[in-house]
Amino acid sequence: MLKKRFLPLCAPALWVALWLPLGGAHAALTIEITEGVPGALPIAVVPFGAEGQGAPPDDIGAIVAAARHRSGRVAPLAEQDLLARPHEGREVNFRDWRVLGVEGLAVGKVRATGAGQYTVQFQLFNVFQATQLAGYTIPTTNADLRRTAHQISDIIYEKLTGEPGAFNTRIAYVTAAGKAPTQTYSLQVADADGHNPRTILNSKQPLLSPAWSPDGTRLAYVSFENKRAQIYIQEIATGKRELIASYPGLNGAPAWSPDGTRIALTLSKDGNPEIYVLSLAAKTLQRLTSNPAIDTEPVWSPDGSTLVFTSDRGGRPQLYRMSASGSGEASRITFAGDYNARGVFSPDGKQLAMVHGTGGQYRIALLELQTGALRVLSDRTLDESPSFAPNGAMIIYATNENNRGTLAAVSVDGRVHNRLVLQEGDVREAVWSPFGRRIMLHPDPKP
Amino acid sequence: MKLPVNLSAKLLFLILPAAVLIGCQSTGTKPGESAAIEDKSSAANGATTSAAGDAGAFRGDALDDPAGVLSKRIVYFALDSSEVTQDDRATVSAHARYLTGNPTAAVTLEGHADERGSREYNLALGERRGNAVRQLMLAEGAATKQIQVVSYGEEKPVATGHDEASWHQNRRVEISYTSRK
Repeated sequence: MLKKRFLPLCAPALWVALWLPLGGAHAALTIEITEGVPGALPIAVVPFGAEGQGAPPDDIGAIVAAARHRSGRVAPLAEQDLLARPHEGREVNFRDWRVLGVEGLAVGKVRATGAGQYTVQFQLFNVFQATQLAGYTIPTTNADLRRTAHQISDIIYEKLTGEPGAFNTRIAYVTAAGKAPTQTYSLQVADADGHNPRTILNSKQPLLSPAWSPDGTRLAYVSFENKRAQIYIQEIATGKRELIASYPGLNGAPAWSPDGTRIALTLSKDGNPEIYVLSLAAKTLQRLTSNPAIDTEPVWSPDGSTLVFTSDRGGRPQLYRMSASGSGEASRITFAGDYNARGVFSPDGKQLAMVHGTGGQYRIALLELQTGALRVLSDRTLDESPSFAPNGAMIIYATNENNRGTLAAVSVDGRVHNRLVLQEGDVREAVWSPFGRRIMLHPDPKP
Repeated sequence: MKLPVNLSAKLLFLILPAAVLIGCQSTGTKPGESAAIEDKSSAANGATTSAAGDAGAFRGDALDDPAGVLSKRIVYFALDSSEVTQDDRATVSAHARYLTGNPTAAVTLEGHADERGSREYNLALGERRGNAVRQLMLAEGAATKQIQVVSYGEEKPVATGHDEASWHQNRRVEISYTSRK
């Protein structure tokens, strides 16, 4: 449900208007803002002009405006409310834009320079000071137009909020379609706005726990394709993959070390689920836990020094922390609620998001590691699998709505809520990629 | 819904061995037919047992008897628990004794969990449930090579609702015969 009182600019009609210009690009996932921030920074993103032969397939201005909108931090004006359509700085009359109350103004144009080749020019202005905050000329191609738009979104976000944007990123997720016992599962990778979904694996057996390599080129995941849980690593670009864990019993919960050389994982080959670290080059295993309880879901701190994992050694599942070298005792770090599992570090290492269960409700909560303060961010009853955007501003998670698995995202302050809806079937186990490859920018036009 | 099923399983457990004993006493043994439930004393005596002979008794392998205790192949669990209930112990015991009496028979114990909580924890929980059933079977004389445990966690629910009625059905271990004898 859209809560209009929170975000008057965020009417459903606006959302449709922002998406329709995208033409042939059909998204498997569409994103709806369900709750926004009061006081989001009002800006205007003018649809980009086109020059030269061959119109570009995507409307960069629309992609940028939609991205800005999704962040909840910046509220773009509806396209029909724009009073003028400037495409470069010298066409801008700042007084027009002050009347509309916008603080930031983004304009630009796309010039076709050859078959599938474009140059995108873009400028961002502070309307009240009538100054340019950023200006770039970006040579790009058909295939990279969306990436270019996302990169422009990142620049706007960073200039206006002072924090890096996470629009030039991707998400990996698992879909399930059909009814048991003929269900089919697939592992997909899409842009963070839900566009360009690509299936990288289809299976008749369940898939879970995808994990991005720190360089964003590979995914580790758990597959039941051989009728039991085993761990694979797959190169996203080539589809080439390797079975890395196929020990007797469980092979689950893969987590990359921050340097990408090791995988922490759960194996039950020695009797019950324990945390191990697999060295990818040497193929050596180091066992880190030794406890008759369930120990699983290891995750590395961003500096690589510690691991947090789920254990029910105290009776119910709770999160514990231990040294990544395996030395010393593990110490319990969650105490609120009767169920805390699937911890994941914020990119700065200061917070942990987790599945927090209390009174039969399972929600996403955020723990401040220094103070021990816990805040519940989501509001449904079967929320799971939290994953941070690489800039730490949003958390994507899986939930259930109308008897279907869906994805949702929430800002870490709990104020912005988005929903990501698949056209059909269930979607789950979403993980946000690291920052994506960047296109080279030329600072021009200069302020 | 759960109670009548367990109750009937329990009753069958009480009734069937008696039927077997009656079968043993009858003179008309038929080759190729084995006891509905292996009776250790008669097996030790080298007797050829049979369930046939009484009107209405099931003929054929006990595993195929739709009314037999061995037809029950699912064991249910409480939330976040891997403790086999008293009612279900009878089922597990019956399968354990079938395995003991048929050393080339083998089962896979498929452990499952309901959807609540995290998927990987549930994967571990499903395995723990499978192992709990395995331990009981081993204690009753089944051999380790006869039992495989595999956990599917919450990935293969039999009921897709989001309430206790469905969750109860999903917290289970399925006993699946991969080889009979």
